[in-house]
Amino acid sequence: MSRSTQPSFRTGKILRAALYSVLILFAVYYLLPLFVMLVNSVKTLDEIRGGNMMSLPEAFTIEPWLVAWSKAQIGVEPTGLSPYFINSIMMVVPAVAISTALGAMNGYVLTKWRFPGDKIIFGLMLFACFIPFQIVLIPMARVLGMIGIAGTTSGLVLVHVVYGLGFTTLFFRNYYAAFPDELIKAAKMDGAGFWRTFTRILLPSSGPIIVVTVIWQFTNIWNDFLFGASFADFDSMPMTVALNNLVSSSTGVKEYNVHFAGAVLAALPTLIVYVVSGRYFVRGLMAGAVKG
Amino acid sequence: MSFLQIDKVCKSFGSVNVLRDISLDVEEGGFLVLVGPSGCGKSTLLNTIAGLENLTTGEIRIDGNVIDDLPPAERNIAMVFQSYALYPNMNVGQNIAFGLEMRGMPKDERDIKVAEVAKTLQIEHLLDRKPGQLSGGQRQRVAMGRALVRNPQLFLFDEPLSNLDAKLRVDMRTEIKRMHQALGTTIVYVTHDQIEAMTLGTRIAVLKDGIVQQYGTPAEIYNDPANLFVADFMGSPAMNLIPATVRGNTVEMARVGEEPLVLDFKQLPDDVATRDGKEVIVGIRPEAITDADSRAAIRAGQQVTASCKIDVVEPAGADIYAITSLGGKEVVTRLHQDWFGQVNQHAELVFNLEKVVFFDRESGIRLR
Repeated sequence: MSRSTQPSFRTGKILRAALYSVLILFAVYYLLPLFVMLVNSVKTLDEIRGGNMMSLPEAFTIEPWLVAWSKAQIGVEPTGLSPYFINSIMMVVPAVAISTALGAMNGYVLTKWRFPGDKIIFGLMLFACFIPFQIVLIPMARVLGMIGIAGTTSGLVLVHVVYGLGFTTLFFRNYYAAFPDELIKAAKMDGAGFWRTFTRILLPSSGPIIVVTVIWQFTNIWNDFLFGASFADFDSMPMTVALNNLVSSSTGVKEYNVHFAGAVLAALPTLIVYVVSGRYFVRGLMAGAVKG
Repeated sequence: MSFLQIDKVCKSFGSVNVLRDISLDVEEGGFLVLVGPSGCGKSTLLNTIAGLENLTTGEIRIDGNVIDDLPPAERNIAMVFQSYALYPNMNVGQNIAFGLEMRGMPKDERDIKVAEVAKTLQIEHLLDRKPGQLSGGQRQRVAMGRALVRNPQLFLFDEPLSNLDAKLRVDMRTEIKRMHQALGTTIVYVTHDQIEAMTLGTRIAVLKDGIVQQYGTPAEIYNDPANLFVADFMGSPAMNLIPATVRGNTVEMARVGEEPLVLDFKQLPDDVATRDGKEVIVGIRPEAITDADSRAAIRAGQQVTASCKIDVVEPAGADIYAITSLGGKEVVTRLHQDWFGQVNQHAELVFNLEKVVFFDRESGIRLR
């Protein structure tokens, strides 16, 4: 017995070691750019020019971070990234909140208050997930101009809400499809109407899918460059566009340490969102996928 | 006048007729059981009473008032669902109080009501728990508490016991019956389990394909089935349905390798007597075929004793079920527990002719 289990036990260990080596290799591969960014963002420019990209800083400085945040030249103004960071926040918070709320409503109606043609409506909403953004740039610019919010943060919020709706509806619809209909019937018998059934019964049970939707929308909207570059004015420009202007400015010296610091600053919010709620993300995605 | 009146109710989804011309009356305090195989329309009928589905034509009245156009919440009806449908985000107390809260009852009054109901159902210690932390039987009680607390004029139960294990099901069955006796509220109860129907109902409606096959007391349904479907569906083991030929005042059932078995009736029902020489279906419940020692045989009035070959013996504790073969069908007989016959041998069996019913072979309709 023990003789026969010994070899398989040993091969198991070898396999496991191999598995971990591969995993560590990939982890290093993925973390390397982040390492380079962090390390070089705290070096002086001279050290970067003269030395190895991979080496740790000899003279530690947070000056590049401060410059990137509040002094760097963006376009013509030496404002740093901070005003654009605020712009992004002003855009991302309402856009995520509105698109998530509307997606939840849509999902509720499409699964629990079925009406003739609901599948066609849902199908059309799914279309939004598959249309390449470039196609709609010109019509969208026309629409924004017509309602008079072109070049404003509100305009960007509208664009992101419209394009997020397909995904948020899909997420909530699949989640609520698995929600027992008998609970809705019970709420009806208990005297709860359309809204109270939604706010008292469904929403309190929607934690995981809300987290998934918020993460999804937050990352997409925060990281969006195309809509920001196309529809924003100079004073409503989001972080991503400002970062581009900082890095690709053609005048003066290329301050790599400032660029690295700015890039990390731009990536920080999404990183924090993932770290805080990442485990809900996986859990929620599974819940939607398996039962939907 | 009847308390709950279901009057010529029809329901169709597109071209599919789920309920066809259903009329049932229940007296106040009655216990109506809707029973039938899956897809017979029993749950749909319950949902139309609840107001969760609209009916296509017909009327439903409670206490003389037409309720067809009222929303579910205004019908003063409470419902217990098959899955119990407890709100997963609320604790037991909040679940029970939710209906009261929606009706705008102040918190302190709600608390008193919830405490009362929790006491009757013995779930006081569970009030702070979430439904996910309860066992099946406890959830069942909470679901009943949620219905009870509103003090409705009509209770609806949608297969409330089908998610419980066998022993708990029997316990909860008794509990529901006890609750009905104590409260005296009218109940409509849906089940596919004919034993539940027999034990609980004061009136049973047997449904199939959206049509009421028979409506009557449990005894009527059991002893006097209106057609082959009801005879076959109600009772466990099922009624023996044996093809037989009418000869004067006797019926003959074919046997393999033996003379036919002849049951000699003094007077066959009129519909049967007119079919001299033709084939009919004879229905006999297992307990109407016994051994000579059993009490059922001693009490039977008109009886015929015949020797039959026993194919299988199934001891069931209180009784022994012995299976013989008549008219090409397996025939179950219910014998005294001390019966000592052997397999593949002949035994004297007593047929209680007073309990025999006849059906038309083609249409399945009862012949009287």
